[in-house]
Amino acid sequence: MQEKKLAIIATKGSLDWAYPPFILASTAAALGYETEIFFTFYGLQLLKKDLDLKVTPLGNPGMPMPMGMDKWFPTLLTALPGMEAMMTSMMKKKMASKGVASLEELRELCQEAEVRLIACQMTVDLFDMDPSAFIEGVEFAGAARFFEFAGQSDICLYI
Amino acid sequence: MADFDEELDASGLNCPLPILRAKKTLAGMESGKVLHIIATDPGSVKDFEAFARQTGNELMESKEEGGKFQFLIKKA
Repeated sequence: MQEKKLAIIATKGSLDWAYPPFILASTAAALGYETEIFFTFYGLQLLKKDLDLKVTPLGNPGMPMPMGMDKWFPTLLTALPGMEAMMTSMMKKKMASKGVASLEELRELCQEAEVRLIACQMTVDLFDMDPSAFIEGVEFAGAARFFEFAGQSDICLYI
Repeated sequence: MADFDEELDASGLNCPLPILRAKKTLAGMESGKVLHIIATDPGSVKDFEAFARQTGNELMESKEEGGKFQFLIKKA
């Protein structure tokens, strides 16, 4: 059986959107896929040693909120100071209580399973990011490097 | 339930952890050995069927008992 390939582009840096790339990549690796994730723009936050990701209800009408707040709580008030921190803390608690893995754990599992993590060099330069703030084992490269693998992939996802 | 060689309790863990833990445990087992997995994630039923089909490991048994899902997987 020839090894299948999965290529993912991770572009988002919020707590909720950090999950799909790591869940899919780790699962694919467990199924025998050769897997690569290319992190660009805000997705680069997912490679930081110190993950400080947040989730916000602001501008996200689909986000379920406690006490049915997503139905009656005025959108404008979701911009209040402290709302983001509160929602982030509640989301993390909820995830832990439901047995959902932490991002750190999923990311480690990806690395153990030899999922290749590639940081977009251009974005690192653009935002003056410090490469030493990233976890070990990250490769820094550009779009052409991504296509080298993505061009042969069986599945290619933009997240 | 038939005999097994190793056991993995993935109770309380949610997708994709039961699959990832199973894969890891199987990696340390010899071909032909049987792994017994216990999970509480209802999604794991379909997931272990798909895992077996895609990895070639045989899903010998899959059943639910008192809110727990149990699987027997023979390593290919």
